[in-house]
Amino acid sequence: MTDAVTDAVADGAPGGTPDGAPDAVAVRAAAPFDVDARGKSCPIPIIMLAKAARDQAPGAELTVLATDVAARYDVPAWARMTGNDFVGESETDGGAIALTVRLRLV
Amino acid sequence: MQRSRVFLDAGGSAPLSSRVFDALQAGFADGWADPARLVTESRKARSLIDGSREAIAEVLGANADYVHFAPSIHFAFERVIAGIAQMRRAQPRILVSAIERDALIHAANHTRPHGVESIGVDAMGHLDIEAFAAAVAADGIALAAIQHANQEIGTVQRLDPVARACVEAGVPFLVDASSSIGHRDAPKHWDALVAHPADWGGPAGIAVLALDPQTRWLPTWPEGDDWAPGGVSVPLALASAVALQEREQERRETAGRLGALVEKIRASVRRLDGVEVLGDPYERLPHVVTFSCLYVDGESLLSELDREGFAVGSGSACTSGSLEPSRVLASIGALTHGNVRVALHPAVTDDDVDRFVAALPHVLDRVRSRLGAPRTS
Repeated sequence: MTDAVTDAVADGAPGGTPDGAPDAVAVRAAAPFDVDARGKSCPIPIIMLAKAARDQAPGAELTVLATDVAARYDVPAWARMTGNDFVGESETDGGAIALTVRLRLV
Repeated sequence: MQRSRVFLDAGGSAPLSSRVFDALQAGFADGWADPARLVTESRKARSLIDGSREAIAEVLGANADYVHFAPSIHFAFERVIAGIAQMRRAQPRILVSAIERDALIHAANHTRPHGVESIGVDAMGHLDIEAFAAAVAADGIALAAIQHANQEIGTVQRLDPVARACVEAGVPFLVDASSSIGHRDAPKHWDALVAHPADWGGPAGIAVLALDPQTRWLPTWPEGDDWAPGGVSVPLALASAVALQEREQERRETAGRLGALVEKIRASVRRLDGVEVLGDPYERLPHVVTFSCLYVDGESLLSELDREGFAVGSGSACTSGSLEPSRVLASIGALTHGNVRVALHPAVTDDDVDRFVAALPHVLDRVRSRLGAPRTS
């Protein structure tokens, strides 16, 4: 589901990655998270979150799974800097942190 | 044409002025003898150290007899914390702020394993003074250590109420002034203070520890010089004092000029997308400005700026090589990646800063697109 995002960022080809792969949008109903940033270190989880957020409707919630401890600080900071809301965090099985943001309505 | 490099990382180190170079040379020429011996040459070396202590004491508002040189701020923290805590060995805890230097935190942890209590700061980096006052009034505090200014974000603490709370609680108060002396007036109330000559344009390899004459401590170390075992380097001490005098003579003018350049950087950085300026915009070090950039890692940004001829600092975890993000940035709720600290020194020119603010947006775009970051805005 989020593989397109993951792969695009993980490939990290110089000069950027192709934008707007349609399947980059997570199918939220089918999964407890939208962006799987496990194993990625800063700033990749934030880049993945921002890319996933771009194709979402206002009011949508997005959950990032991350293992990099910096994400715990960077996801709320991203939400603040981009005018979105940080909803909260929770631990998941396997030691990852699930961080949820709500995208702004306007 | 090869353009000259622009050094904008003058926190904890700065280029030496010609007067400081001269002082170093004079120190080696006239102060080569062991100051601990009784012969004429040694007395001369000793008088250079004494004169240096007096000059520094004057700036600190300290008693020169209680101003000491140490080999590093790390060493000074370690010994003064250990010494005061030993005097108060029935008190199991040490109080610090969440944004103290690692060196100070490590020294406190070493002296009181599991006994270091950290008080939080707000989004500007100001200590929660109510929480501090309540914590210091509780039983069992051996000492409290709070910085005067933060080396990463430049915020200056409101130390008067902190010092008052310590006095009321009868707890010795250590101030880490290693980022502020030479840039701001020295804090007025403290029982021990650590300062860093390299931060004010002096040579590396020496630190200053000032004690209030009433401050009591006990050694936990071998007999010998308490604060500089093996003796003090005369040239380093002399050059430290000369550098501080030079900075103090020009401080008002320097702070005004560098403050205006910092304003220019702040204004220009604020116009960039996905960039946030950190720290208190008013109660701050005049020569420091720090900002965080979304979608870049500090190391890439620093390397790219370095290639363009600009040396800047970073507090971000990606650069320091540790797995934990910067404690300072995490404590104020800032983005912990893509962090840039600019610290100006007196020789930085308007042109240097103009070139930096002109180059920054391009460098940022380049690093962002390389990482596949989304377009901001």
